[in-house]
Amino acid sequence: MTARTTSGAARTHAWFTPWVLVAPALVFLVAFNLWPAANVVFLAFTNVRVLSGGELVGLANFERMLTDDQLVTALVNSIVYMLVCVPFLLLVPLGLAVLVEKKLPGISFFRTAFYTPVVASAVVVALIWGWLLDDRGVVNAMALRLGFVTEAIPFLTDRWLVLLSAISLTVWKGLGYYMVIYLSALGGVPRELHEAAAVDGASALRRFWSVTVPGVRNTMLLVSVMIIVSALRVFAELYILTDGTGGVGGADVSVVMLIQMYARGFSGNLGYASALSLLLFAVTLAPLLLIARMNRGRA
Amino acid sequence: MAGRARSAGAVTARSGARGFSTPSPREVVLRYALLVLALFVTIGPFLWQLSTSLKGAAEDVYTTTPSFLPAEPTLDNYARAFEAVPILGFAGNSVVVAAIVVTGNVVGATLAGYALARLRFRGARLVLGALLLTLLLPGEATIVAQYLTIRQLGLADTLVGVALPGAIGMLNVLLMRTAFAALPKELDEAAIVDGANAWQRLWHVGVPNVLGMMAVVAIFAFIGAWDDFLWPLIVLTTPEKFTLTVGLEYLSGTFTNNPRVVAAGTMIAFVPIVVFFAALQRYFFRGVDEGAIKG
Repeated sequence: MTARTTSGAARTHAWFTPWVLVAPALVFLVAFNLWPAANVVFLAFTNVRVLSGGELVGLANFERMLTDDQLVTALVNSIVYMLVCVPFLLLVPLGLAVLVEKKLPGISFFRTAFYTPVVASAVVVALIWGWLLDDRGVVNAMALRLGFVTEAIPFLTDRWLVLLSAISLTVWKGLGYYMVIYLSALGGVPRELHEAAAVDGASALRRFWSVTVPGVRNTMLLVSVMIIVSALRVFAELYILTDGTGGVGGADVSVVMLIQMYARGFSGNLGYASALSLLLFAVTLAPLLLIARMNRGRA
Repeated sequence: MAGRARSAGAVTARSGARGFSTPSPREVVLRYALLVLALFVTIGPFLWQLSTSLKGAAEDVYTTTPSFLPAEPTLDNYARAFEAVPILGFAGNSVVVAAIVVTGNVVGATLAGYALARLRFRGARLVLGALLLTLLLPGEATIVAQYLTIRQLGLADTLVGVALPGAIGMLNVLLMRTAFAALPKELDEAAIVDGANAWQRLWHVGVPNVLGMMAVVAIFAFIGAWDDFLWPLIVLTTPEKFTLTVGLEYLSGTFTNNPRVVAAGTMIAFVPIVVFFAALQRYFFRGVDEGAIKG
């Protein structure tokens, strides 16, 4: 109750009050954010295992990366993931947002329904898709019955088809998430532009390209970063669709799957897993910096 | 509820302007057609899974002429899932983890967010900078070191170990800070004149005005904890301690040849989160309208 006794407007609380309020968050900031980040850098130069301590091994982990064929495979998969995800997740959710923006009767039901795949666990949706795309699942059943194919499409056993299946799962699960972000941004697009374009006789599709898309340009930049970052972090989708094996011969692993594989079990090689984590961080940072630069260029 | 009143006013103003261009009947029909198509794509797979989970052992789920409606709907598959693995135990474990994470985030982020937004103190900018820095770190990149920390704390293979690292998310602290910062200065000043100290202002002035953002934080914390897979997969080794996601993977490994039981298991994990979200979606989409969700 020192508020009124002290002079000056700034002094409205005891000096320690803010620190008491911030303390829990600060403990978590240090213990579970800053410390692990520093520790992972240190671990990357060691051969620490889960149960036995290790020692410094210099650059050995990084040298090992250079000759790790599985890492090359994982990076190729990530790049393919990224290249396919970006265009779909950049445009389809924007279309959905335009669709649910107008407050028609029942629209909040549609909004909620489109968001459902986001809310569901990646494990749940991957198991659902695994059954849909099974050799004897409903997609193959339909394709066979309609005569598109004469034998089942190996969605879950072919090297590239597994990857594409996981990608379509990621796209499907991400639609609602980015839809909501676009929905938030659409409020900022001036209505008059749409009306003017409509008066000029522009079709709906044309208005989408020449009014909506430029209007949410900044959001699209942000969304593309988010898509790229999440494509690099893919884990559960591929893990579940391939039963934790990374596909036939491990050809469908992702970088995060490799980290999990090396960190797993009591003999887990935490040193190498940490070095892979640093690589993941570096690869993730690149698109962020690129976008930050593009933003600065315009300001 | 100053913030809410203001946004309600804005909505009325906007929809007033919209009345200018009421959609033509043709546009309305086209919009609904597209909405239903999108609904089929987004919800269809869940309904198919639900249908599979209700099909009896006598019904051929592998036929090339599958039927959407189960011939004789049955709950047998749910019973089998319950028998085969301790699925209620898994659900209980997920509830424990989610409860810790939601409580930790709502309380911790609110306290810290308030201090950072409404109280002046030395070092505030440093704390804020460190918070922003953590946003650059993808969780997966520090998961190995995180695991070592949890081991050293003696929390490996425990539910507390699963919940702890996410119990106060730095993004949530920033979200709460933004919410508190948006409140008008006069609110605080009036309370100060009345002799309210910082805690009283937080409780009586701050919190009632940021309930919307607190709901958004709670929703995201719950969903994140309930759905997480990689972290519990690394921390937990004893099957009795598995959370639902890890338990589901275990179940699907046991029943590779019976999609009906796996479908029942996925529904058990899926339904609670959908009910939870459907119940709170009002707050969520209100948060969206207020610009709470900017990615």
